[in-house]
Amino acid sequence: MTDRSKGGSYDYTLIGVFAILVMLGWLNIYAATYSDDFSSIFDLSQLYGKQLLWIGTATVIAFICLQLDFRFFQTFSYPLFIFSLVLLAAVLVFGKEIKGAQSWFVMGPISFQPSELAKFGTALALSNYLSSLTKSFKGFRTRAIAFLIILSPALLILLQPDTGSVLVYTALIFVLYREGLSGNVLLFGLLSAFLFILSLLLRDSSINLPFDFQIQGVYIIMLFVAILALLIFFLFRKVKQLPIVLGIAVIFVSGYVFSVDYIFEEVLSPHQQDRINELLGITSDPTGAGYNVHQSKIAIGSGGWVGKGFLQGTQTKFDFVPEQSTDFIFCTVGEEWGFLGSLVVVVLFIFLLFRIIYLSEKQRSKFARIYGYCVASIFFFHFAINIGMTIGLAPVIGIPLPFFSYGGSSLWGFTLLLFAFIKMDSDRINVLR
Amino acid sequence: MKSYENRMYVVLAIMFFIGLIYLMRLFFIQVVDNSYKSSAKNQALRYVTEYPTRGLIYGRNGKLLVYNEAAYDLMVIPKRLQVFDTSAMASILGIEQDLILERLKDASSYSRYKASIFEKQISAEDYAAISEQLYKFPGFFGQKRTLRKYPRKAAAHALGYISEISPFQLEQDDYYKKGDYIGISGLEKFYEEQLRGSRGQKVLVVDVHNTVKGNYAGGKYDTAAVPGLNLHSSIDLELQAYGERLMQGKRGSIVAIEPSTGEILCMVASPGYDPNLLVGRDRSKNYRALAANDTLTPLFNRAINAEYRPGSIFKIVQSLIALQDGLITANTRIACNRGIIGCHGSHSNDKLVEAIQHSCNPYFYEVYRRMIQRGEKKSIFQDSESGIIKWRKSVQRFGFGRPIEIDIPGVLGGTVPGDAFYDRWYGDDRWAFSTIYSNSIGEGELGVVPIQMANLAATIANRGYYYLPHLVQSVGDSGRALKPYTEKQQSGVDPQHFEPIVQAMSKVVNETGGTAGRARMDSIEVCGKTGTVQNDPWPDHSVFIAFAPRENPKIAIATYVEYSDFGGVWAAPISSLMMEKYIYGKVVRKEKEQRVFDAQFLEIYDRPQ
Repeated sequence: MTDRSKGGSYDYTLIGVFAILVMLGWLNIYAATYSDDFSSIFDLSQLYGKQLLWIGTATVIAFICLQLDFRFFQTFSYPLFIFSLVLLAAVLVFGKEIKGAQSWFVMGPISFQPSELAKFGTALALSNYLSSLTKSFKGFRTRAIAFLIILSPALLILLQPDTGSVLVYTALIFVLYREGLSGNVLLFGLLSAFLFILSLLLRDSSINLPFDFQIQGVYIIMLFVAILALLIFFLFRKVKQLPIVLGIAVIFVSGYVFSVDYIFEEVLSPHQQDRINELLGITSDPTGAGYNVHQSKIAIGSGGWVGKGFLQGTQTKFDFVPEQSTDFIFCTVGEEWGFLGSLVVVVLFIFLLFRIIYLSEKQRSKFARIYGYCVASIFFFHFAINIGMTIGLAPVIGIPLPFFSYGGSSLWGFTLLLFAFIKMDSDRINVLR
Repeated sequence: MKSYENRMYVVLAIMFFIGLIYLMRLFFIQVVDNSYKSSAKNQALRYVTEYPTRGLIYGRNGKLLVYNEAAYDLMVIPKRLQVFDTSAMASILGIEQDLILERLKDASSYSRYKASIFEKQISAEDYAAISEQLYKFPGFFGQKRTLRKYPRKAAAHALGYISEISPFQLEQDDYYKKGDYIGISGLEKFYEEQLRGSRGQKVLVVDVHNTVKGNYAGGKYDTAAVPGLNLHSSIDLELQAYGERLMQGKRGSIVAIEPSTGEILCMVASPGYDPNLLVGRDRSKNYRALAANDTLTPLFNRAINAEYRPGSIFKIVQSLIALQDGLITANTRIACNRGIIGCHGSHSNDKLVEAIQHSCNPYFYEVYRRMIQRGEKKSIFQDSESGIIKWRKSVQRFGFGRPIEIDIPGVLGGTVPGDAFYDRWYGDDRWAFSTIYSNSIGEGELGVVPIQMANLAATIANRGYYYLPHLVQSVGDSGRALKPYTEKQQSGVDPQHFEPIVQAMSKVVNETGGTAGRARMDSIEVCGKTGTVQNDPWPDHSVFIAFAPRENPKIAIATYVEYSDFGGVWAAPISSLMMEKYIYGKVVRKEKEQRVFDAQFLEIYDRPQ
């Protein structure tokens, strides 16, 4: 604690986990792109060579973060937020379209994705706004502003369109929940996801009844909802206003269930529909829409207990798995290091998240605490979706695995998010309550 | 202000829960479920079979009998096919377009993922032209094979042939894979395991475009093909080819054995065929033609598969057994009583040597009677029964009545009738010597195979023992003789009893008026015995066994010429020429040779039966 009192000691556990993850990430990028005509690990024509460069620059960013005054982040949170919004707007005009999304600034050999910076800006702005509230997170106005902070970058990114990065912002619901948003929101989210999936699964099925009656998919759900409502009604008859609440609920649920069809068909693009259909097992097309996940599962599944060994992976190295150094980097872990390697990576991530949340709760500054939650939520979303999609438990949403996936912008963005928090944490003793 | 600190636990629980689910899922697909591992192997690994070269077959003095020539099988993996120009392929391969589709269908029905043979045994020259075009036909590839080649059109029956394995054999032995070649007959079959070597396998890694990226795991799982062992055969190629030439235009066989070792010097079966016919793309067409030839049966190895009555030659065996059992001596005289059994020539009361020389039938009638009815039992039936049991055992020790275990498969055993045989024919106690006396002169129910007669000649040459006849001296390059062929087989007759026989056989050849004067050689004493197998109403089979020289014999021989004449007319001179060829390496008696070359006995028997 003596170090802390001087206001300069960093949480070396977090820095250590960061270092391990970056190092493991690089080894796996190296393995995924390694070929026999290997020259040098610094070969900048190869992804592993470039990633070394990104790691070097990320280290500089981390170092700069730690040198800044801890008040810098809060003070400059809104300007940074505005700046990132401006970049997001600018990229729509000046950006380069890569893989169908206009999300990159390309300046000579260096490309930069402003949406990675926007996560940082949004996290700071949201933390600043929420920490400035004297009362807890109540009232329509405050909520509206909080949602506006979250939604404005999301909307700009949606215009690129980069759906994966947009969805990351939904992770901030955890922050709002921690700051007082009703837990029902989480439940509500869970329930709507459940109903969404159920509606899709039952969309094309029907039940045959006697006398040529046939019940179509959505009506089956309606039937269950109605029966459930009646049950609740009879069980809790004495509660006042129950019929009204139940009635409204039933109407809303019905509306939602009927709109699922519309949302699915009209809002989602065909390839998104395919991915969801594959995930839910509604369709199975291992050579088409399901190719990525199918190959990814083969690569990971072939790893066994301890894997095939470093550089011995066949599925990832020989291009069976697409995007094997970016979105599907976890396949290399699974194939070459097996279950034990996967276990290490998953445990490291969970440990990282727990550590951030644990430290957040210890912060005296509300800003730092909220910011910690923002970082943890964003990391968690990336972790859950990225690994989930490689093992067929989450839809294929192209977002990177923090510190692992190849890419300068994302590594810089994650480093910035983490080290800003480490800096804040190192100075928590200097914060007056 | 309400504190929401406890909500930390909800957030932690959600994260923990997701992590746990992921670990369980990972455990399931990585550790529990093995299907992903096999999918990965199927996708990324290619197992390439390395075929070993089949062992070569050398003849006596290191002359090459069988060697290998590179050929290619065009293979197809239906799964990897892309749309291609069938007419272009048809013209490259020289086959019908319809056939291509038909074969592709067959290949698919065997396996979509495994390679099937599309076109067999394309010669190296043809394949060179095809391989240039092969890039246009993904899914097809060439698999190197070896074809058997024969420098001389000789010894086809003994060498045998190889052929693609049949579905039935494929089930019997799990070493083989579809499309493998296996020995079907002759030495190729008998020494299959030594000749074939063992297959190797290369495990290659391919990328998503099916491009080979190198050896899997640095070649750790690769195995090298082990070449098959070479056979060193005892066949004298020159003698074999000469024998086949002599036998042209005749049905029959010549088997020559080196008496001191049991090594077979030649095994001629006529009509034969060119072994090169049963190799390559036209194999099945040629095979059908050979198999369809039902009057000449060129695929039939008469040396081991034809059974004849032994005829007069069998009198030698009768004499030897009777001498050993003390029923006669060399001085025993028996009157030529032609009342029961006919005879030929003028003689009346021969001793053994003369009786053999004159082939006196009544003499051997009496000898056989003494062996069958020894007067040990009161009932002639029971006496005959115990007699025939003893006699049969003695005959069998000479290698008759059971297949001689030579090193090619399918040898016939011949017939030496015993008590069981006649009980079945006539009923118990319903036959006696008088029923079966035809056996005495080698007729009746006796049956022998040429190889057995050659072995008899070798046994006499050795004065009482033989080595199992065999075609292979050693396998591999060790030079070591093979075990079963180094053990002396005793005939059960003592050496001194052979002297009168050898003397008689010498007289048959060398004394004026002997039945085998045509076998005589000026510089070497030949011993022989003619036989004539009657085939009324058609011409007799001419048979001759012999060995030479009389002392330290180098060669023992048995010759059969079907439907020709008496034993001395054709079989004796042919044997003589063969012995000259073997002992001197060349034949100077051109007249004798020409007479044999000119003789044609094939058309005689082509008349309707």
